[in-house]
Amino acid sequence: MSEKVLMKGNEALAEAAIRAGCHHFFGYPITPQTELAAHMSKRMPKIGGTYLQAESEIAAINMVLGASAAGIRAMTSSSSPGISLKGEGISYMAGSDLPALIINVQRGGPGLGGIQPSQADYWQATKATGHGDFQLLVYAPSTVQEMVDLVSDAFDTADKYRMPAMILADGMLGQMMEPVVLPEEGAKKPVEKPWAASGHDGKRTHNIINSLYLTPDKLEELVKERFERYETVKKNEQRVEEYLVDDAELVIVAYGASSRVSRGAVNKAREKGLKVGLIRPISLWPFPVDALRKAAGHVKQMLVVEMSMGQMVDDVKLSIDCRVPVHFYGRTGGMIPAPAEILGEVEKLLK
Amino acid sequence: MKDLNMVFAGFGGQGVLFAGKVAAYAGLLENKEISWLPSYGPEMRGGTANCSVCISDEPIGSPLVTAPNVLVAMNLPSLDKFINAVEPGGTVILDSSLIDKKVERTDINVYYVPSSTLAEENGVSGLANMILIGKLFHEVCMAEGDYGFCKEETLDKAIQKCIPARKADMLEFNRKAVKLGAEQ
Amino acid sequence: MAIVFQKPSSLTDAPLHYCPGCTHGIVHRLVAQALDELGVEGKTVGVASVGCSVMCYDYFSCDMVQAPHGRAQAVATGLKRARPDNVIFTYQGDGDLAAIGTAETVHAATRGESITVIFINNAIYGMTGGQMAPTSLPGQVTQTTPYGRDTNTAGYPVRVCEMLSTLDGVAFAQRVAVNNVKNVNAARKAIKKAFQNQIDGKGYSIVEVLSTCPTNWGLSPIEAVKWLEDNMVPYYPLGVYKDIEEGVKVK
Repeated sequence: MSEKVLMKGNEALAEAAIRAGCHHFFGYPITPQTELAAHMSKRMPKIGGTYLQAESEIAAINMVLGASAAGIRAMTSSSSPGISLKGEGISYMAGSDLPALIINVQRGGPGLGGIQPSQADYWQATKATGHGDFQLLVYAPSTVQEMVDLVSDAFDTADKYRMPAMILADGMLGQMMEPVVLPEEGAKKPVEKPWAASGHDGKRTHNIINSLYLTPDKLEELVKERFERYETVKKNEQRVEEYLVDDAELVIVAYGASSRVSRGAVNKAREKGLKVGLIRPISLWPFPVDALRKAAGHVKQMLVVEMSMGQMVDDVKLSIDCRVPVHFYGRTGGMIPAPAEILGEVEKLLK
Repeated sequence: MKDLNMVFAGFGGQGVLFAGKVAAYAGLLENKEISWLPSYGPEMRGGTANCSVCISDEPIGSPLVTAPNVLVAMNLPSLDKFINAVEPGGTVILDSSLIDKKVERTDINVYYVPSSTLAEENGVSGLANMILIGKLFHEVCMAEGDYGFCKEETLDKAIQKCIPARKADMLEFNRKAVKLGAEQ
Repeated sequence: MAIVFQKPSSLTDAPLHYCPGCTHGIVHRLVAQALDELGVEGKTVGVASVGCSVMCYDYFSCDMVQAPHGRAQAVATGLKRARPDNVIFTYQGDGDLAAIGTAETVHAATRGESITVIFINNAIYGMTGGQMAPTSLPGQVTQTTPYGRDTNTAGYPVRVCEMLSTLDGVAFAQRVAVNNVKNVNAARKAIKKAFQNQIDGKGYSIVEVLSTCPTNWGLSPIEAVKWLEDNMVPYYPLGVYKDIEEGVKVK
């Protein structure tokens, strides 16, 4: 085990990716994810990897597409407006069954919005990153250590199911420093990818990485096959943390930065004798419906807390078929709720 | 220990982010849960800068400190911005050579340290931040009481961790500044 | 029996879908021939773009990747950076390379990416049914310039080889045509050289091929060849625009 070091979330994401065997990074500067690219630019030349500052977000994601098509681990990172530009490439990658990692260090929107932390890209990440029928793996870390751990898992899971993965972080997690333990460098062995376009060397027929199918029944068949794979992902890859849920009358459902604040509110509520717990989705897609369904069997109500106008709240309601009332509290535009605000909401609901 | 929720604030370039990092590293080396969160954006290019540092025995919830029990203020706008948010009984350490104002609140402990002047006079110019760190650790982090969590040698190790290799020659100056602060 | 002519092994047996008189087929063959002659099919990865040639991934027998519209050279950059020993080429039309993909083209060129770019300029959008291309000529009638391309409102054509030859990252830029045997031979040499440059690590090489689109030009194949000679060649002069070996800068 390496020693515990203090790292910014953005730097930790970058270093974790390198240690997960990703030696090809393509990006474009944008606040608040810039330290990630800067760390890559410092490290990649020293390990014989690629750091390439592309002419645009669009070019960057398509470089990732190319590198992934060649069968190697590749990634890009950006913040909200930049992710919108990557949507096209992500759709093509999903349609071509290409794994890759895309990191979104979210900021306030819409439009140019702001640069302070936000969670307003939940819909984009889980439902509409680009055109067409497809899903991404979406992971929502809440600590710098979890960012490190999820980077490696995201790459592995993306390779396993041949689909792109996204880490949905935010400006707070990207900018903050916490102690982390990094995995050893060089421990990760490359994954064999017989489907890759890496030159057939006369030993097989040509591999084609493609998302174009002009015959509707063929396209339908392929999309259906992909959705069968998604069903397996939904069954096997749900990730969630439950905190003081067993005896809770009310659970807060929150992910990422807002889950940290919510955890503080839960602790304060418990000090006051209120039976409050926290369900923290770690995978946003697949959404942890099993944990929510289980909780809906005994809690009386749920409170979804997000740094947006309420995007995940729909998935919570759908997961539990609205069996208990689901309330919402959110701040947006870069505002971070204080634990006291959330506690106030909890007290109001439990009155 | 009780949870330490600190804000370090000043002009960009005064080293408030660095000072916060030293405090955070001291927490890390003492096996505490810690977080360090900077303000970011245009502020870091010459405007006011600040960072939140939390040190606790428990996992840190929100790393954003909205009600600090320690405020280190290196200029007047920063003092004005945060002074009313300081929790009653909290500690304020300020650079009195740049802040020509007395704090009106009587429910908090205020230490006036002319750190910029001291730094100039003692050959450690640019290290007013570390003079305030010296005072902070002497009065709070290394003191007996609810918020003491750190040994003297830990602070020294934390400083070593925070100084990049290419600036290794700055270590002795930092040590001197910290010592000066503790003596104030 | 002696074989005097055969299909290059770098082409598959799939029948081409191109219209009668379209010159894509000729250029496909020239690319495949170059891969055969250089013996690199097994380590070549081609990038198909969006346009009439989108399905060239079925025609070339090397590994292929289909890129989003305009992004072929970004995809090629990713492929080449991932596996520098592979030979990477893009096959792009004028809409893909010089309109929606202009940024990707210019920046791949200025970075000096070690890739080979085959650029088909037929002055029209073929796949979508004959709209104005960035290379459509002044006055040219298309579906979206029914009164002829008016330079006051639609601007002027982009001369890609001229533009790219000003960039330091470009090793080789040549414009050829496939309207007659002599020019086809010149095109064959240029394409082979563009691949050889990559193998030799010389940098970014582009061959612009003036091509016909009888269907969307509304002409017979023979008339189309004549239209190319009368209209395109004067506006887009053939020749080497840059070759770092020969010291040719801008023609």
